[in-house]
Amino acid sequence: MSTKTPSVKVSNLDLHFGEIKVLQKLNLEINQGEFLVLLGSSGCGKSTLLNCIAGLLDISDGQIFIGNKNVTWAEPSERGIGMVFQSYALYPQMSVEGNLSFGLKNARMPKEEIRSRVDRAAKILQIEPLLNRKPGALSGGQRQRVAIGRALVRDVDVFLFDEPLSNLDAKLRVDLRVELKLLHQRLKNTIIYVTHDQIEAMTLANRIAIMKDGKIMQLGTPDEIYNHPQNLYVADFIGSPSMNFLEGKLKDSKFYYDSLILSMDSYKFTNKMNTNKNKVTIGIRPEHIITGELSKKAPITTNVIVKLVEPMGSDTLVYANLSETQIRIRMEGNAKVEAGDKLEIGIDPNRASLFDTKSEQRI
Amino acid sequence: MLKSNNNLIPNGPKPKKAFSRSNIIIYGTLIVISIYYLLPLWVMVMTSLKGMPEIRMGNIFSPPLEITFEPWIKAWAHACTGINCDGLSRGFWNSVKILIPSLILSISVASVNGYALANWKFRGSEVFFTILIFGAFIPYQIMIYPIVILLREIGLMGSTAGLVLVHTIFGMPILTLLFRNHFAAIPEELFKAARVDGAGFWGIYFKVLLPMSVPIFVVAIILQVTGIWNDFLFGVIYTKPATYPMTVQLNNIVNSVQGVKEYNVNMAATLLTGLVPLAIYFVSGKLFVRGIAAGAVKG
Repeated sequence: MSTKTPSVKVSNLDLHFGEIKVLQKLNLEINQGEFLVLLGSSGCGKSTLLNCIAGLLDISDGQIFIGNKNVTWAEPSERGIGMVFQSYALYPQMSVEGNLSFGLKNARMPKEEIRSRVDRAAKILQIEPLLNRKPGALSGGQRQRVAIGRALVRDVDVFLFDEPLSNLDAKLRVDLRVELKLLHQRLKNTIIYVTHDQIEAMTLANRIAIMKDGKIMQLGTPDEIYNHPQNLYVADFIGSPSMNFLEGKLKDSKFYYDSLILSMDSYKFTNKMNTNKNKVTIGIRPEHIITGELSKKAPITTNVIVKLVEPMGSDTLVYANLSETQIRIRMEGNAKVEAGDKLEIGIDPNRASLFDTKSEQRI
Repeated sequence: MLKSNNNLIPNGPKPKKAFSRSNIIIYGTLIVISIYYLLPLWVMVMTSLKGMPEIRMGNIFSPPLEITFEPWIKAWAHACTGINCDGLSRGFWNSVKILIPSLILSISVASVNGYALANWKFRGSEVFFTILIFGAFIPYQIMIYPIVILLREIGLMGSTAGLVLVHTIFGMPILTLLFRNHFAAIPEELFKAARVDGAGFWGIYFKVLLPMSVPIFVVAIILQVTGIWNDFLFGVIYTKPATYPMTVQLNNIVNSVQGVKEYNVNMAATLLTGLVPLAIYFVSGKLFVRGIAAGAVKG
């Protein structure tokens, strides 16, 4: 992984509009064939970063490399990228074929070559019967396919996706998500994919970069992001329903919260010296709170009173109070619980995350 | 009857009252207003089809007893202004010679202007735009004399080319505003996609934006054709009798004081002058609707 040259490399990227700093000293390396997702809430700079990589925004400082070539000053069309936009951005007056071949015609490619590339892309995306139609006569899913096809015909190594599925309805989004993943497995291009949908990020990505205020909060595999969030922001952002947080203190590897004492002996501290701290937040995912018979075997057990039950079919979400803090517990779909029930819960410190409350970093 | 009506159980389409009070007021007002606007046209058309003896009888609202096209022919080909007796035809062709180049020049420059201001923002482009818009609010009268000097200095005073230049410049603020706002409303992603596809400044303009902007061009054409064709002030100031546009010549025919006032010829001449803008409305109306119906970016 480290020996290969990265497919896309962003080094010390700065972007500001006047006084407003949108991106600051941003570094990012994306490997050949990797599916990287830029994830964050709106206004975090993820689309801006993508536009900088595409060359659609002039950067203020830093360098961008694509395929080992410095493209910092290159035009978007010279960078060896294909891009897919949220609103599809198809040329409304051209047929699907015209849309697919527009970039190739601009590059003055021979007619036969254009023909074969368009045919290949149309075949891959199964849009052959639509080639003569105008975008206005296509459904949302078909339009997005054509938009992907437009990137495909360029025969480039890097694809940039700017929230490509956000305009589609829920069912279609799931279908196209699967297709995108299959397409990536087949073509093995490098993909940078911007989204605000964490399910999309988790399912598609090889690695996820979670961004906030123009900075990357954590870059890691979906598993690392989900199970070992590096800071409170990432921990809170990823997962739905979100993680439970309890504020307490840490003394001799024991976490004290109200009357609850959690022994963190088996917890993997990032630094062995961190076992004493006055203000510590523990994060526990709702599904990592054990209920029922199994809870008795958990290292720590306690009782809570159920306040509210949300049955969601596949699972049941239970709201309860642990001292003053409201916690969410995910139980199985057919769990028999009602508001007012007494519930025995168990917690496994190994599956929890500890954060320094002040610095918000994982400890 | 009223009682049973009250007992009606609502079911299916709601019954509509054909002559409700508000309908009578609305249609009544519309009819009165349309009569108010159509009556002068009626008088003009009728008068232009009558001979002079019939006109002298009064009865301006009555249709002609004997239809004659003589006044129309005279207005077009024989009416006298000063020493020229070749009717409005000379003015018509002068106006065409002024209109066509002004139209092409102003719309092509303004559309590229608007495109650049909307999509290729440069340092100071907003300031530039503000200044241009400010130009739309300066009264013409202030600029008349400076332009006389300007045209004299570049040797275009009194020529058709000079007037074309004036029309192009004066059309610029409002047309640029029109085009800029239109191009700014087109999703930016379309423009970005074209850039990724390797289209440059002109490529994006001609191949992507122009085909989807037919309606706005039609609007600009309507604005410019009516504006330039109906212009009197610039025509009378910046051209000379041989190159007078149709409007100026019409005025000279109608206001000539020699001999009998030929109302029928005057009416025919006025209608002839108004035909071009009228034709534009009729022709472009269809194009306009077709332009709007075609093409959509999002579903």
